[in-house]
Amino acid sequence: MILARREGSNYVTTMMTIRKLGYGATRAALAISALTAAGAALAFGDPSVTDLQGGPKVNGLDFQPAVTDIARQIKDLHYGMLIVCTGIFVVVFGFMFYSIIKHRKSVGHKAANFHESVAVEIAWTVVPFIIVILMGAYATRTVVAMKDTTNPDLTIKATGYQWKWGYDYIKGEGEGLAFISTLDTAQRELSETNKAGGSDYLLKVDNPLVVPVNKKVRIITTADDVIHSWSVPAFGVKQDAIPGFVRDTWFLVDKTGDYYGMCSELCGKEHAFMPIHVVVLSAADYTAWVDKQKKALAAAADDPKKVWDMGAMMARGEKVYLANCAVCHRPDGKGAGPVKPLDASPTVLDPDKNAQILTVLHGRLNGAMPAWQGKLSETEIAAAITYTKNSWSNHTGVLVQPSDVVAAEAK
Amino acid sequence: MSAVLPHPADHGHDHDHDHDHAHGHPVGWRRWVFATNHKDIGTLYLLFAFTMFLVGGTLALLIRLELFQPGLQYFNPELFNQFTTMHGLIMVFGAIMPAFVGFANWMIPMQIGAADMAFARMNNLSFWLLIPAAIMLVGSFFMPGGAPAAGWTLYAPLTLQMGPSMDGGIFAMHLMGASSIMGSINIIVTILNMRAPGMTLMKMPMFVWTWLITAYLLIAVMPVLAGAITMTLTDRHFHTSFFNPAGGGDPVMYQHVFWFFGHPEVYIMILPAFGIVSQVVPAFARKRLFGYTSMVYATSSIAILSFIVWAHHMYTTGMPVTGQLFFMYATMLISVPTGVKVFNWLATMWRGSMTFEAPMLWAVGFIFVFTMGGFTGLICSMAPIDIQLQDTYYVVAHFHYVLVAGSLFGMFSGFYYWSPKWTGVMYSEVRGKIHFWCSLVFFNVTFFPMHFLGLAGMPRRVADYPMQFADFNAIASVGALLFGLSQVYFFLFIVIPVMRGKGEPAPQRPWEGAEGLEWEVPSPAPWHTYETPPKLDRTATKVIG
Repeated sequence: MILARREGSNYVTTMMTIRKLGYGATRAALAISALTAAGAALAFGDPSVTDLQGGPKVNGLDFQPAVTDIARQIKDLHYGMLIVCTGIFVVVFGFMFYSIIKHRKSVGHKAANFHESVAVEIAWTVVPFIIVILMGAYATRTVVAMKDTTNPDLTIKATGYQWKWGYDYIKGEGEGLAFISTLDTAQRELSETNKAGGSDYLLKVDNPLVVPVNKKVRIITTADDVIHSWSVPAFGVKQDAIPGFVRDTWFLVDKTGDYYGMCSELCGKEHAFMPIHVVVLSAADYTAWVDKQKKALAAAADDPKKVWDMGAMMARGEKVYLANCAVCHRPDGKGAGPVKPLDASPTVLDPDKNAQILTVLHGRLNGAMPAWQGKLSETEIAAAITYTKNSWSNHTGVLVQPSDVVAAEAK
Repeated sequence: MSAVLPHPADHGHDHDHDHDHAHGHPVGWRRWVFATNHKDIGTLYLLFAFTMFLVGGTLALLIRLELFQPGLQYFNPELFNQFTTMHGLIMVFGAIMPAFVGFANWMIPMQIGAADMAFARMNNLSFWLLIPAAIMLVGSFFMPGGAPAAGWTLYAPLTLQMGPSMDGGIFAMHLMGASSIMGSINIIVTILNMRAPGMTLMKMPMFVWTWLITAYLLIAVMPVLAGAITMTLTDRHFHTSFFNPAGGGDPVMYQHVFWFFGHPEVYIMILPAFGIVSQVVPAFARKRLFGYTSMVYATSSIAILSFIVWAHHMYTTGMPVTGQLFFMYATMLISVPTGVKVFNWLATMWRGSMTFEAPMLWAVGFIFVFTMGGFTGLICSMAPIDIQLQDTYYVVAHFHYVLVAGSLFGMFSGFYYWSPKWTGVMYSEVRGKIHFWCSLVFFNVTFFPMHFLGLAGMPRRVADYPMQFADFNAIASVGALLFGLSQVYFFLFIVIPVMRGKGEPAPQRPWEGAEGLEWEVPSPAPWHTYETPPKLDRTATKVIG
């Protein structure tokens, strides 16, 4: 016991020393950057952009500020490695540049004749070997801790879709909540029209993931189509979301606030546009949020038996279309590149409305057109289809009811 | 009379040398299409590789153009993904690998005192297979839906969503793989069977050693890649489900198979560069290579270890903790033999009598920047740090430090070192130095800021990014353009003149300290060298009759 405690305190002291050295080095680096890159304002970009709390810093030189123990350990490991590498760098290149300056023909240096030395060669094999063993031992603790997803207070499933995240609260406070989180459509439009701007550019979503502070949150990842990766740098978390597989990771945040990440595995054309936004709330605020969500959920549930009129369906359909379909098929329905146009599409104009309903429900071309069954409600699917059948040059006058979609699902 | 461009029959006018070639040399275009001479094929490989290097470089500049500022200015994200994918595939399979085979073709027979490569006609085929492969690969931009856009790693199941160009890309890689395997067999047989008497394995030049090991790596892993992409092909068209989760397939298995190829591939692209540097440094330090034996063992250890570290590319897939620990330790271990090589180069320089002509500048530049890439590799070897850095620009910086500054700088060193022997004329030293300093500076301007971008959390393969990353991206884009222009300068003002024979005639031994059989023949090297096995001195570096 005593021995263990002493080792523990040694570890803490070492970590603190390393952290101090590391912070010193970072501060020096920041000072240099302040001179070269005009400090905290962008030199080449919009100078009004500021550091994003919980996201990237302007001209950041280091990891984002850590708010979990794991992220702090990763930061310490990195500082430790920087110190080791700087040490080796100084020694190795000290020798090299000394040699380059002194041992040149132009200063009259005559070549020596040695070409081997068993002692030296053993030394420079054994010493690095010992260094890497120490490095390995140093990192093992963190590797094991990162994989320990046992006893979570809250379990949330994060599902990667092309190109949005679905969150399902599986277990713990908030159980049963589920929603889709998509990049703010206005920001996507800014990108498309080359008007990039704002400190949370490409990081703002419609429905952020909300979790309580100081609670162990386990994130289960999976995906619906291709591999995505759920990542929040401030938490030290990055876990691929793999279709057909369930993987997990965890975090315990000790500071409330907004935290941001981006999908970190190439997942198709909108890869740059599926951010992760996590809001960490105090326990009381979290409980209040859960209550509000549950009430909203109950109120908003679409009754698939409801019969809609054309005007209401078109208005609803436009919203669904712009949020889900327009990213590929474009707001004007013309498609782009490999994506087929909906404007004048034979499937959309098909007198048998089931042709389009089945395409939307089950997808096509190995998921290039995703299957929307289960991702959108019957009402939303009916609304989107009605919208496409009666927009642009399509004038079918056909109104698809949620009941039509329910009937097609049963087939 | 250059061995590169003018007609080889030039020396055929000298009828004394012509008697055993009564069939005559093919002339004009036939000389190249029907080439069986290792030097001609080497030239073809190098020109092909440089062409592909410019194509891949152009794609890189298009990527940097789009990333110069946040927002989408020039390309839609789909096209951007095609650029990143094709940049990677073209640089790896079209530029770096063929370029090293070109060096092998030119130098290995000369360095071991052989007349030619063992299988002259297969040598021709392995080059000419590259042409349809390259046409298919680059041509995929013009196929419906554009080029493959799944990243050079071609991860399933994203590959299943690609258009018909994916199949073209897969066939192209099959052809390039077949070409590589044939090239490797040729190199192994040549080295093992055709060394001049007296050149034992442990007296072979380091370049020959590193290529021998590289060739074994290629034969071991290219079929693995072929298997992975064939399974992708059947998943796409024949409803198999190797990697398609919709049918019970395993996308993670694809990654295991791919990186079982992919990690040795990394060493395939760097070991021959190690060989070149191991020859250039002793030549310009005027001192024998320090620790030749340990160099050979270190290279072999790297090759063997390269087979058991693949999954360090996959920490974020969610491996079990024991798997992560194993691959972390194995990866750290590989830095030991790599370190030994760097120390050996330094010890070779130590107390030498150095001069810094272009080949030496490139070699020293190689050691400096490659070691920086080694440091970031060491940092990435730690699984927790790697998880934080996986798929960020830090990784992009890391592998460009080892591939551009490693492989490419090594090749430039080799070009300046051996081009006098190839062409018979000296390149312009001033221009060589301009090329070096511009490349070194602009390379670092391009790639050093990417470390910061990665640390701060910018993912790779994104067409647009948060505003906070704007400055470093702008700097990197400017650096990339200037780096690219430096390479155009190299081709126009250094390569073209020496190929046309413009410059000071090169003596047989242009470098005072260079040793080896390639310096025992005149410059330019005659079209056929060592038609009868030379008699070698005790060190197997000199011909004594």
